[in-house]
Amino acid sequence: MIALIDYGAGNLTSVRKALAAIAAPVVIPAAPDALSGVSGIIIPGVGHYGATAALDDTWRRGIARAVDAGVPLLGICLGLQYLFEGSDEAPGVPGLSLLRGRCSLLPSTLKVPHVGWNTVELTRRSPLVEGIPTGTSFYFTHSYAAPVTDACVAQTKHSAAFAAIVERERVFGAQFHPEKSGDAGVRVLRNFVEITGSLTRHVTRFTDH
Amino acid sequence: MLAKRIIACLDVRNGCVVKGVQFEGLTNAGDPAALASRYNVEGIDELVILDVTATLEGRRALAATIRQVASRIFIPLAVGGGIRSEDDAAAALDAGADKVSLNSAALAEPSLLTKLAARYGSQAVIVAIDAKQTEGRFAVFARSGSTASGRSAVEWAREAADRGAGEILLTSIDRDGTRSGFDCELTAAVSSAVSIPVIASGGAGTFEHFLEVFTRGQADAALAASIFHFSEHAVADLKTYLHDRGVPMRL
Repeated sequence: MIALIDYGAGNLTSVRKALAAIAAPVVIPAAPDALSGVSGIIIPGVGHYGATAALDDTWRRGIARAVDAGVPLLGICLGLQYLFEGSDEAPGVPGLSLLRGRCSLLPSTLKVPHVGWNTVELTRRSPLVEGIPTGTSFYFTHSYAAPVTDACVAQTKHSAAFAAIVERERVFGAQFHPEKSGDAGVRVLRNFVEITGSLTRHVTRFTDH
Repeated sequence: MLAKRIIACLDVRNGCVVKGVQFEGLTNAGDPAALASRYNVEGIDELVILDVTATLEGRRALAATIRQVASRIFIPLAVGGGIRSEDDAAAALDAGADKVSLNSAALAEPSLLTKLAARYGSQAVIVAIDAKQTEGRFAVFARSGSTASGRSAVEWAREAADRGAGEILLTSIDRDGTRSGFDCELTAAVSSAVSIPVIASGGAGTFEHFLEVFTRGQADAALAASIFHFSEHAVADLKTYLHDRGVPMRL
């Protein structure tokens, strides 16, 4: 069961519909306690970084506990940015600090917000991009972006290069919207669901002992 | 590189696509979800459902239409036509639309843009501007082009962006339905005045018209309806044509 975190950030419906299309079992937990026992967590998101403040300390602790226990986590768009330490968009709002670095405004050499289909350049392998060739287009809509660090699996350029896909251990993120990126996006979601599926079997065996 | 977007518009009344579309293999040409699927296969970058229904009953059908399309097609979906209030916007977004497009309602109550942007984010808010050239300026009209608003397109575009609109859907009233080409002067004037993306609309008749509006018109996206209805492969052919001429496209 994949937990979809609802903190009032717009694209929850779209993510749920895309997950339904690949028959992924989804739960929308009402409280952080419900995160224990899920096989994966998705933090969707769109809009202003300040919206993540709706996730209070109990939620943050619940997510951190699940990540520590090895539950795969996928942050989408704002959800990816939330994996980092924070963002210039809302300096007082802390990120989850699962990844190093801060998010900042894209340079305005080209139009900002960055809206539309752009290509990703894969810089290393990751189970999240299984079957996705470098140069594949995804749908982006954002003004702030995460830096290119060693957590970066793919980068995209819009005036400057930024992190398009990130991975560190079982923490994943996509700056684009896989739920709005056609077949390639659905493939990314399916890859994540498969990552969570393998872990579910592992945990089941472990608890059987 | 960020691709220029090709957007198909579906005019929908009471849950059915109004303009006749005769694609081979489509069992029901009026079925928005079937047509949307077809466009998706062709490589369309985004869809706009334009509700041309006047009745309350028809607007309930709109939510069902949005739900059907959004559960099958995983590309951005905007809805416009009947969005007059925060509640209308909420209903469309809750049904699965990613963006709502506001026209007369935003002119009557510009703060509606701010309210919706605060609630859903600017990326969910499109301001639709219908303009025509009068006495050397681009005048904005409300209520399907029938009422002069007293505003200029450039000034209203700037204000709407400041108030939280995330994109501009700019329709030339002069060109709409003529198939004589987009109004590149209007599009360039607005696109160069704002930092948010501008979707050009009105006048698409040939592939050359798209090339012009993406180059001379500085459009970020172009929207059309009927041009895609005449050929089975119009969307894919158009994107290849533009790509071959140096316009960045998602192929």
